[in-house]
Amino acid sequence: MLPVAVLVYDALTGGLGANPLQRAEQQTGLLALALLLLSLACTPARLMAARFGQRLLWPARVRKTLGLGAALYAALHLGIYLLDRGAAPLQFLQDALKRPYITVGLLAFVLLIPLVLTSRKDSVRRLGFARWQALHRLSYVVAALAALHFWWSVKKDHTPPLMAAVVLAALLALRALKKPAR
Amino acid sequence: EFAARTYRGPYDTTEPASRMADITGYNNYYEFGTDKADPARHAGALRTRPWTVTIDGLVRKPQTVDIDRLQGQFPLEDRLYRMRCVEGWSLVIPWLGFPLAALLRRVEPTSAARYVKFTALADPKQMPGVRSPILNWPYTEGLRLDEAMHPLTLMAVGLDGRILPNQNGAPLRLVVPWKYGFKNIKAVVRITLTAQQPATTWSRAAPDEYGFYANVNPAVDHPRWSQATERRIGELGRRKTLPFNGYGAQVAGLYKGMDLRRYF
Repeated sequence: MLPVAVLVYDALTGGLGANPLQRAEQQTGLLALALLLLSLACTPARLMAARFGQRLLWPARVRKTLGLGAALYAALHLGIYLLDRGAAPLQFLQDALKRPYITVGLLAFVLLIPLVLTSRKDSVRRLGFARWQALHRLSYVVAALAALHFWWSVKKDHTPPLMAAVVLAALLALRALKKPAR
Repeated sequence: EFAARTYRGPYDTTEPASRMADITGYNNYYEFGTDKADPARHAGALRTRPWTVTIDGLVRKPQTVDIDRLQGQFPLEDRLYRMRCVEGWSLVIPWLGFPLAALLRRVEPTSAARYVKFTALADPKQMPGVRSPILNWPYTEGLRLDEAMHPLTLMAVGLDGRILPNQNGAPLRLVVPWKYGFKNIKAVVRITLTAQQPATTWSRAAPDEYGFYANVNPAVDHPRWSQATERRIGELGRRKTLPFNGYGAQVAGLYKGMDLRRYF
């Protein structure tokens, strides 16, 4: 929540610069992606630690908070985008269909919704672990779509979206350690 | 430093000028970094004196001139212009400069000359952005000769009656108000008259996104975003983007019969 406070403070004091809506849009988008990647790092962190004989419990505990944080910032990001465009709903739908980077970003957001809805304590029990786990693998799809959305939205310097994609690929690769570790 | 600031000439907009903090603090100038605040942060170290500009190519009187001599040769004019960035934001900027046409007349283009190519300084020692290959350095831009000769086309040496801040392209930059901002090449060191259309930096970087002409056109979208509206920096809502950035009455004739979707 701290970044929200900082964002509001910056907005009120002019700290967001000459184009505050755009800056806020970029910052919330970046935070959403960063939190999502962090939430995806929890399981690999636990698995890595297990390889070295350490049993870490905290990654599993913070994972949900990080994931929900990502969803919150994604919602703020979309909200600011709509505000920036003047929120004409019809035009937004047109834009979403016409411009791949918006289509992809919107799809990532929509796919986050079932994950948020099944983040309650009893969700795992109600769905059954296997189904819950399968559903939450969607988070990788969301992160991949978000990285692509980031890549397409950048005018020239593709280093930051590339970094996000590399981190995502590394996290996926680390998960492969799971099986040999058993 | 230079002149009285009067903006009531035939080429001046009657809209209010943007805040100077926005004009000098929100810049695209990739030689100093890709963030909008980078130029204000890093351009201060650029040495703009001594500085020479070479004018060559298809001209009768090629020359290399010192910047102070060059700007002393022409009466400087205040021009209050809109500036529309291809990214969808705009500013109203009080430039000070001289028409490019005056300079071109002085060097006498030959009858073979059809285009003007501009080259910017690319010094990795002074410009941190040039050390990374984000764009093809040096930055180059170009105009058709008739565009270059148009009275709206300005070589700016000042801002708001004072010497041009480095982040705005000191000591010499191009201003073509009916085109997207990236045409307005900064820190110009060479002006070359050519017979062929010159390659330009952004059209080489992404030919499907940035054309040679780059006229402001709300009807032709950037492949990834709409160009129909813009944010005037300092305003919360967006305004409609005007064809030729509102300079259609003066410049539309230059493009008569051209398919502006093709020549974007």
